[in-house]
Amino acid sequence: MTTTTPETARRDPRGAEPLLSVRDLTVTFKRQGEDPFVAVDGLSFDVRPGQTVGLVGESGCGKSVTSLAIMGLLPDRGNTVTGSVELDGRDLLTLSNKQMRDLRGSDIGMIFQDPLSSLNPVVPIGRQVTEVLERHKGMSRKSAKPVAREMLHKVGIPDPDRRLTEYPHQLSGGMRQRALIAMALACEPRMLIADEPTTALDVTIQAQILALLRELVEEMDTALIMITHDLGVVAGLCDEVNVLYGGRLVERGDRHPLFHDPHHPYTGGLLSSVPSLEGDAAERLNPVPGSVADNLPWTSSCAFAPRCSNAIERCREETPAAVASGDRVLRCFNPLGGQASPAESEEDRR
Amino acid sequence: MTPTHRDARDPGTKGPRGLGSRKKERIDELAATAGASGPVDEAGAIDDTAGVSLIASAWRRLRRSPVFLVGLAITIAFVVLAIVSSWLAPHDPGEWLLYDKVSPQSNPIPGPEPGFPLGADDKGRDLLSRLLVGSRQTLIVGVCATLFGLAGGLVLGTLAGAFSGWVDSVIMRIVDVMLSIPSLLLAFSISAVASRPSQWTLIIAIAIVQIPIFARLLRGSMLAQRSKDHVLAARALGVKKSAIVLRHMLPNSLGPVIVQATLVLATAIIDAAALSFLGLGNPDDRNPEWGQMLGRAQTYIYDHPHLAFYPAICIIIVALGFTLMGESLREALDPKSRR
Repeated sequence: MTTTTPETARRDPRGAEPLLSVRDLTVTFKRQGEDPFVAVDGLSFDVRPGQTVGLVGESGCGKSVTSLAIMGLLPDRGNTVTGSVELDGRDLLTLSNKQMRDLRGSDIGMIFQDPLSSLNPVVPIGRQVTEVLERHKGMSRKSAKPVAREMLHKVGIPDPDRRLTEYPHQLSGGMRQRALIAMALACEPRMLIADEPTTALDVTIQAQILALLRELVEEMDTALIMITHDLGVVAGLCDEVNVLYGGRLVERGDRHPLFHDPHHPYTGGLLSSVPSLEGDAAERLNPVPGSVADNLPWTSSCAFAPRCSNAIERCREETPAAVASGDRVLRCFNPLGGQASPAESEEDRR
Repeated sequence: MTPTHRDARDPGTKGPRGLGSRKKERIDELAATAGASGPVDEAGAIDDTAGVSLIASAWRRLRRSPVFLVGLAITIAFVVLAIVSSWLAPHDPGEWLLYDKVSPQSNPIPGPEPGFPLGADDKGRDLLSRLLVGSRQTLIVGVCATLFGLAGGLVLGTLAGAFSGWVDSVIMRIVDVMLSIPSLLLAFSISAVASRPSQWTLIIAIAIVQIPIFARLLRGSMLAQRSKDHVLAARALGVKKSAIVLRHMLPNSLGPVIVQATLVLATAIIDAAALSFLGLGNPDDRNPEWGQMLGRAQTYIYDHPHLAFYPAICIIIVALGFTLMGESLREALDPKSRR
């Protein structure tokens, strides 16, 4: 899906102080009888108010775990989270469960992938929206109702009065996702995490939902983390893109430079695997060969090397470090085009 | 489905597969149906059309099931009979109308005669009226016992499902112990403890026997709910734990519990009859109850078996009705048996 990119006169958020800054986030899952599994490894990024940051990667690259770690929704046991996640200077990882509960829904909202299973099937939509308002704004159910109706109206649900009393199964897929967005935005959080919000929807609805998100984010000056594997979504929405592979950041850049001139072979592979309308219909797609199962361990090599078209010998022997140049960050020894200087290995830096 | 199923099963009960463990497995199997009861389980397969609710799709299948319809008909007939029986009965079931015809030596049980189509019992009370009015007491015993058992099971199951860890362990071990005692023996022991047996000791004894079944069932389906997306979504909105348990987990776990309740109604009626037969029923027989009538008939079982047959047939039909209805409900709500 290629959403047209609107060149809105949007103020550049880069100068602002970051609202959320993730530093060296590492999530490790314990496994019985095996080495622990590192789902997210030393991830760092910033999100500023009004900015949309994309986390892109294939299944299992750690994007959803990142979002759950930021929200504090990982299970209490069986995992360790290190690093820091600072929201306005407060480290979320050190907060108590209760403090996190007060924060979730009011300061950070989250939208999930599957709108039907993410709504409580036995509670009317209106009640589910007012629940959040009652919880965080201390409103009574009665006084929360007009706010909930206003919210449903805002996310483009027609006839909100009727929808308030309806159950999730009575709504269409797009409506359900709108209702979920209404719930997440009811308390006007400053930070919104959208975890593949359009995956379960068909293409026309996807475009509507993305347009809605963009509108709301701009209107409320919300910072948005967009988690997706869909490059069309990234192209249409994100200011900055972080490409993850095997739990580590492999490339970061602003949307346009990254799409025009991908440096990392993985980013390049992702971009060339997107079907294009301009191309010959008989032309075959270029998938990234192999699967996550082929990964090498990051500790002694580049995890992507076995699937990489540009791999050199060094890729299998050393760990590439993330090197920043300007706004771009790249973790690669032999980038596409060869224009960037080969990254130093992590041992070199030490 | 597999992970929820594993969740619902207790890792601590892998012991020898005796009678108790079979009973537990059946309960857990039923509980697992709650985990997968949503009409959409293939994530990502949602289109833009309105979904069909679980109840609507179950009803669509039930409507064409003769087993369910027979069960439903029996159940409705029984309930209606229980309500209108006081007006339907030709005589007062407590009045000793034919007592003058009762002679302990030659004719202890008066036979049929005009106005008394089934004859009378050993005190000269009209048997037909007693059978009709007996449906009311039977319904009261069955429903009350089920409701009390359900209430107790809801409390224990919610506690166990909401707090994992030691609360869960303690409650479930108690429940396991109760499940390992044969239900009739347990009910017998409980009602034997009561100094003066009455209808209520009977109800309470049967209710207590049902508590562990409901508790285990509810806990299983609550555990399945815990890993659901909408519970995660509620947590992501900062909803309080109590609200998550009571508003988001509990109502979605009730399906199999309600189905079990219809099955338990049948068991409760049969258990009540069994306890009455064993002499632990209500000694006051002015208000007849089928189990009690059956129990009293054992004195005359050789010469006048009809005294036992009539209430027994009533009990069998009613229990069959509830069981047929409950089983087909369970089947309709079970995603594994969907066609």
